[in-house]
Parts: sequence; structure tokens; C-alpha cells
Amino acid sequence: MTDQLPILVILGPLLGAVFAALGGWFRPKSSHPLVIIGLVLSFVAALKLVFTVADTGAQKYWLGGWGSKPGYGVVGIQITVDHLNTLLLAAVSGIALLTALYTKRLVDTELAGRQRYFYALFSLLVTGLLGITITGDIFNLYVFMEIAALSSYALIAYGKGRAYMAAFNYLIMGTMGACLYLLGVGFVFAKSGTLNVDDISIILPTLGQSQAVFVGFALILLGAWAKMALFPFHGWLPNAYTYSPTAGAAILAPLATKVAVYAMLRIMLTVYSVDYILNSPSIQSIALGLSTIAIVVGSFFSLSQTNLKKIASYFVVSEIGYMVGGAWLANKPGLTGAMYHVVADAAMTSALFMAIGCIAYRLGQSKLDGLKGVFFKMPVTMAAFVFTMAALIGVPPTCGFFSKWYLIQGAVQAGVWHFVIALLISSLVKAIILFRIVEIGYNRVPHPAVDGNPAIPCNEAPLGMLIPTVAMALGLVAIGLATSPLVNTIIAKALPATLTP
Amino acid sequence: METIPSTTPVWIILTSSIAALLVLLLGRWPNVRESCIFAAALIKLALLLSLTPDVLEGKQYEFEVIELLPNAPFAFRIDALGLLFALVSVSLWIPTTVFSMGFLRPLKRHAQTRFFFFFAIAISSAVGVAFSANLLTLFIFYEVLSLSTYPLVTHHQDDDAIKGGRKYLTYLLGTSVGLALPAMIIVYQKTGNLDFASGGVFLEETSPILLIVLLLMFLYGFAKAGLMPFHAWLPGAMVAPAPVSALLHAVAVVKVGVFSIIRVLTGIFGVDLLANAPLLSTTVCVLASITLIVASLIALTQDNIKSRLAYSTIGQLSYIILGVGLATESAITGAALHIPMHAFGKITLFLCAGAIYQACGAKCISEIHGLGHRFPLTMTAFFIGSLCVIGLPPTGGFISKWYLLNGSLDSGQQWAFAVFLTSSLLNAAYFLPIVYKAFFATPTDLDRLERAKEPPRLTIMPLFITTTGCVLLFFFSGKLLQFANRFAELCMNP
Repeated sequence: MTDQLPILVILGPLLGAVFAALGGWFRPKSSHPLVIIGLVLSFVAALKLVFTVADTGAQKYWLGGWGSKPGYGVVGIQITVDHLNTLLLAAVSGIALLTALYTKRLVDTELAGRQRYFYALFSLLVTGLLGITITGDIFNLYVFMEIAALSSYALIAYGKGRAYMAAFNYLIMGTMGACLYLLGVGFVFAKSGTLNVDDISIILPTLGQSQAVFVGFALILLGAWAKMALFPFHGWLPNAYTYSPTAGAAILAPLATKVAVYAMLRIMLTVYSVDYILNSPSIQSIALGLSTIAIVVGSFFSLSQTNLKKIASYFVVSEIGYMVGGAWLANKPGLTGAMYHVVADAAMTSALFMAIGCIAYRLGQSKLDGLKGVFFKMPVTMAAFVFTMAALIGVPPTCGFFSKWYLIQGAVQAGVWHFVIALLISSLVKAIILFRIVEIGYNRVPHPAVDGNPAIPCNEAPLGMLIPTVAMALGLVAIGLATSPLVNTIIAKALPATLTP
Repeated sequence: METIPSTTPVWIILTSSIAALLVLLLGRWPNVRESCIFAAALIKLALLLSLTPDVLEGKQYEFEVIELLPNAPFAFRIDALGLLFALVSVSLWIPTTVFSMGFLRPLKRHAQTRFFFFFAIAISSAVGVAFSANLLTLFIFYEVLSLSTYPLVTHHQDDDAIKGGRKYLTYLLGTSVGLALPAMIIVYQKTGNLDFASGGVFLEETSPILLIVLLLMFLYGFAKAGLMPFHAWLPGAMVAPAPVSALLHAVAVVKVGVFSIIRVLTGIFGVDLLANAPLLSTTVCVLASITLIVASLIALTQDNIKSRLAYSTIGQLSYIILGVGLATESAITGAALHIPMHAFGKITLFLCAGAIYQACGAKCISEIHGLGHRFPLTMTAFFIGSLCVIGLPPTGGFISKWYLLNGSLDSGQQWAFAVFLTSSLLNAAYFLPIVYKAFFATPTDLDRLERAKEPPRLTIMPLFITTTGCVLLFFFSGKLLQFANRFAELCMNP
């Protein structure tokens, strides 16, 4: 049974999506529990795999048994769970599960009558994201990328008003990214004759200095950057996440971009290699420059926004810079920071969008001006919100502090000072935004406990939304305190052995 | 050096955090709420005192909670300096709480539960800083302290408070995240060690330019120490209610800043390095001296009592930094002694400022001309507190200044002697006229004279306690001196 675990991770949500669409036809209420069952299955399998991988090392699984025998390698599809992706698998399935529980009330009100479509798409999106993460085959990665992308276009277009335009923008950008990626895969396939990650990594070094291999690398990178909204390909993201339904943004924002970062890491570290990166310094300096600009631009744009959702979307833009920059520092602390931050940021963004969702659900909007007294109306939600912002700022002992620590350490080691400064600026900007919200939501209202001041009735978000939000916010501290075991037992082993300490 | 593994440090820190939670739960019943705080403070004080004999013998209590980063765990260690600082903060917490009750209740202040809650959290984190075994742990508590005192600074929730709060966070978070954090990461990257016990983590070949840059980043990064030009948050924070200014902005918060700098100078750089690299030592001394003199001069010009006290605090904090910068045994002893001495003196003055406000509604010195005889107890306490800060017998301030002056003569930087003396004169020049004018000037505001009367007993009692403390510290300074000596010895021979 345990050797079948890897496939269960993607099978759960895939079947969940099919049954949600079919079952919802007969009984509309059944789609939500069906999706939950699939996600629970996936999460349990992914969690079990984390321990298996930590104990016994990478797990390789040949789909349908094809390719396990010699001579079938070209046809066979491999899925791999190793130190690089196991944490992200657990994070994606775990966050998806919590988000699915969280979105019940939101979907019932925002998308009444269309629940089964939403949940089928939701589950399909999760399948795509898990697939990108788990596959050991670069063409399959493209297929899952499209599964995820198509379901997210549809999810975003469920929103009101400018959502169609936002989804369309995303579609153009996402399709371009996918095309570039596929083109790059074509180059690699033409030179190496295989799509399997393990095989390519053996063949590529034997090809020497090949222009075609380099072009393939560059194209794949551009594709991944467009997918993850790295500056200057970030234009689609803020509108897409702001105007999509709140429930859609809650699953898209934390996971979609992070999984694309993982894809980039996979290509950089196991398809190509760290030596290859270090031997192409031009790409390295471009990537580091873009990351710094992404962080700074994302931070300053978030400072000028008046809508909470948009602020949070620009946070996503700047956080992408963290991870890409960390990866391209191409040293031990930098890569550790990038890998750790993929998981940490997924959790932080998820908690942030959940808290904003709670606020938007009760207040009916998410404009900064409308937040007056929100700390009295929704004390628990706002506590979770402040907590999450503290993690994003990087207040110890939350996970945000440790990812920043590793990233800055890596940048110091590599001597990339502009990246250090960008990281610090981003922290400070987030601090300014947090305290701006505290001022509006708390300090600017007459304290209701004083006689004569108007009372502000407490009106918390429903428990079904509140509990996942609080759980996620507390999870940020748990991840932070578990930094040392996570890094020592898993992330450190995902690093290429050739790296200098 | 002997170490004792023990969970006591954790419990000492947790007592006030648990009290904070109880305060939150029992907020509806003010008497029960405040009893919790007293109980926590007394338990905490008892626990601290129980550690005293061992620590004075040179033993250290250690406890590692969890490993956060390789070789940089979340860990506690109690040495003489940490215990001294914790004792001062916790023992002053008790009179301040009494004062808070006397100050907040009659004025029917809002959100008292919130006030006491964050106050307790702030004390927890100050003690956490005192017990930190390495720079990472210290930084964690330092940030918690910044964030937990923000609601106290903005307590009044009016425009001034919000403005003061903004300034407070901008300075404290901006410098700690922008300077101290990267400096710490650079140290970690270069040496892989953030522990204070080693008495200097740098290798011999570290470039002097890097050292000086790191030194500046740390000195300015811990802006709670109020080194100029990052001092403006402190006068801004004076919008807070009097008890907050008294305990946090004269003792806990600002001393945490100085304490962090002491730890960095003695534990990360090491006294040896400071003494052998004159450039480093001189940088610290010059920056501290400038702050010392300029802050005292600005204090002369302030009419608002609390602003004058704030600038005086900025100057006095630099005494401590200057003392450590001189890097001789008696200067370090003096610096360590100055923490409790200045704490008792300054808290007395701040409590007096609060009491004066309660007595006649005056916030400025020009408003209390000739009113002193309406509240003689308060003004007498103010006088004794001033003596302690100026450093005149029979108050504790004299002892610490004595050691600081001695230390400046031992060191290679004898000009510091002149700086100390000049500053003491300036201290006298800005404090004594307040007392003089309160008693002997002609009253200008007759209405106020009518209304002025001694504040209620709950306000006077803590004043009496801290004033007595100032005097007792002079006559019974032996115990404190043991703490300071123990720490200075440890610094000189790590």
C-alpha cells in the first residue's frame, strides 16, 4: 500500500473533481464533501510521504508500471517524491484542504447555485498544482501546468465586474508562459532524446557547451517566470487575484505562483545543475536584478493601494522576488531560504487571504477606508490578521523571520547587497501597512468601552471560516519553530552535494 | 565557569505572560485583575532572588528551549548582568502598578485591561532580553517588546498619540530591521556564532572596516538606547500615560536598548577587541559623548517636564554606553551599576511628573512656579530623584558615577572624565531649577494654586518607595556592586 502513496496524492483531488461535477448534478450539496474526501486522502498520503522521504529517501513511482523495465523508459511516466518536493506536496494538499473547508460559506453566498462547478474547478486546480509538484517528467509538468492554468482562468472569471478582463489578461500571459516553456522542453528533448528528469540530468552534462541546451534553459525559465508573475511579467496578477471571487483568490494566491517557483527550482537543480547556473553568470545577474526590482516594485505598489485584496496581491509579487532571488544566489543559505520560503510563503499568503476573506465576508468590501472599528467588530479575525502580517514582516519566531534570515545570509555570502536592501525595504513597507491598518481599524475610532462612545457590536466571521484562518495563522509559528528539523532533515538534503557550505 | 541547567529562566519569563492572560480573562473585575499582577510580580521577584546567591558565586543558569538555526538556539542564560537588569525591572514593576491604579482609576481612563495586559507582556519581554543567551534570542524579545509597547504609547488614541506611535515604530522597527538584523546576519555568516558567552566571536583576521561598519550598525540598530541621531522616538513616546513613561521609557524599554548594546560590545565584539582596537573603542566613546552632551543641552531648553526628563534619559543612557566603550574593569562596573541607579532615580522623577499632573494638571515647568508647597511630598521626592540622576550623595547615582569616573581615568581616553563631569553639571542645571522654582518662585497661575493639592495615597506610596530606594542604594550598594563586579570580571576574562 505504501508504495502506492505517490499516486494517491494526485488521484484524490482528481477523482474529487470528477465526482463533485457528477455528484453535484444529482445532489448539489454533495459536491463539497466529495472534494473534501479527495483532499483528505491526498493530504494524508502527502504527509505520510514526508516521513517516508525523511527516513528512506526519494520515492520513484512508474505510472502503470510502464518504464520500470529497461527499454520502456521513453514511454513511461515517472512521478517522484524526493526531498525537494515532499514538503511542498504536504503544504499544497494541506492548504487546499483547509481552504476547501474555509470556502464553504463564501461559496454558498458568493456563488449560490454554482457550487458544484466551483468545487470541481477547485479540485482540478489542486490536481494540477500537485501534479506539477510531483511529476518527474518535464512534458507532464507542462500538461499539469495547463490543467492548473485552465481551471484558474475559469475560477477567476467567476468573479464580478472586471473579473472577465482580469481572467483574459491572465489567460494571455499564462498561455504565453506555457508556450515558452513547451518550446524550451522541445529544445531539451531534441538534444537529449528523453523527457524524464533523471535521465536528462545524466545526459545533459555529456553534451558539453550546447547552444540548443542553453536556449532551452532560457525559454523554460522565461515560461516559468511568466507563470509565477516575476517582474516584469507580473501585470496580470494583482487584478486577477483582486477581482476573482474571494474563495478563488484564497486558493490561487498562496499556491499557484509558489508551485511555479518550485518548477523553476526543479529545472534549475535537477534537470540542469547548480554548476550550469554558475557557469551562466549573465542569466544569474539578470535573475537577481529582476528579483530585487520585483521586491521593491511589489512593495511600493502595495503601499499605494487602497484595497486590502490588492495590497495582498502586490505582496505576492514581491514575495516571488524573494524566492527567485534566493534560488539564483545559488549558494547553500540562498537555496535553503528559497525552498523554505516556498512553503512558508504558501502558508503566510494563505493565512492572509483567509483573514481578508473573513473581513470581506462580514463588511461586504475590503477597502481600507471601510475598516474603521474592524478590530472591535472582528477581534479574532484581526488577531489572526496581525499575526500573519507579523510573519510577513518577519517578526521572530514566525516562519517569515527564518526565510528572511536564510535569504539575507545567502545574499551576504554572495555579496549581492542590492538583494539584502530590497528584502529589508520590503519588511519595512509591510510594517507600515500593518500599522496603517491598526490606526484605521483601531486607533481612529472612539474606544467603545468608554461611556458615551458609540458601541461597536462584535460580529465575527462564521466559525467555519474563522477556525481555518486561526489554524493557519498559528501554523505560521509552528513552521517557524520547526525550522531547524525541517531544514536539517529535508531541505538540506535537497541541496546539490556540490554546493560549497 | 560553572553552569546549571535549569528551566527556571523560562518560568520567570512566563509568570508575567501568564499574568497577562489572566488580566485579559479577568478584566471585568479590576481588583482581581490587579491582584494577578501583584502576585505575578512577587512570584517573579522571589524566583529572581532565589537565583541570586548562585549567580553571585559566578555560576550561570542555562536552558536551551529549541534549536532555531544551526548553532543559534532559542536559549537562556542568566549571568550577573542579566539578573541585575531583571531584578531592577521586576522590582520597579510593583510600585509602577500601584501608581497605575492610582493614576488610571480616578481619571476613569479607558481600556485599562488592555493597558495592564500589554504592560505585563512588555515586562516579560524585557526579562527575556535580560536572560537571552545569544543575539538571536535577544533580537526576538527586543522585537516583541517594540510591538507590545506600541498599544501603550498610543493609549490615548488621539492625534498626538497616533503621531507619537508612528514615530515610535518607525524609529524602533526601522532601525532594528534595517540595521541590527542585517548586522546580526552578517556576523552569523562570517563566524557562525551568536553566543554571548565566548566574549568575542570575531577571528583575528576580520577586516577592521567590516568591524567598524558592524559596530555602527549595532549601535544605531538598537535605537532603544537612544543614541543620537536615532533618539527622537523617546520624546515622541512621552504621549503615553505617566506609568508607561515611568517604567518603560525610563527603565525597561530604554535599558533594553542599552543592555543589547552592552551584550554586543562585551559578548560579540569582546572587551579585548575593544581595548586592542582603539578605533572601535574611540568610535563608541565619541558617539556616546556627543549624545551625552547634546541631549543635556537640549534638556535645558525643554519646558514640558516629561520632555526634559526624556532628554535627560537619552543623555544618561549614553553614560552606560560610554562606560562600556571605555572597556576598563571599573568603567564596566560603573556602567552596570548605572542601570539600577539611573532606573531608581528616573522612575522617581517620572512618577513625580505624573503626580504633579494629578496634583494640579500641570505638564510644564512654567506652570508649577510657586506651587511646590501645595504638594511638598511630591516635590521632595522630585528633589531626591534629581540628586540620584545628577549623581550626588546620599543617593545611589553617586556610586555609579564614581566608578565611571574612575574607569575613564584608567582607560586611554581620559577626556571622557571631562565629559562625565560636564554632563553632571548640566544635569544639575536642568533639574535643580525645577525644584527651586516650584518652592520659591512667585505663583503665576492663582487658579491653579487654589486647586493644587497632594495627589491621592495610591500615587504617593510608590513615590515614597522609589525615593527611599534611591537613598538606600547609596548606603547599601554592596550587593549591587557584587553583581557589577562579577559581570566586569567576566568581561575582562571570558
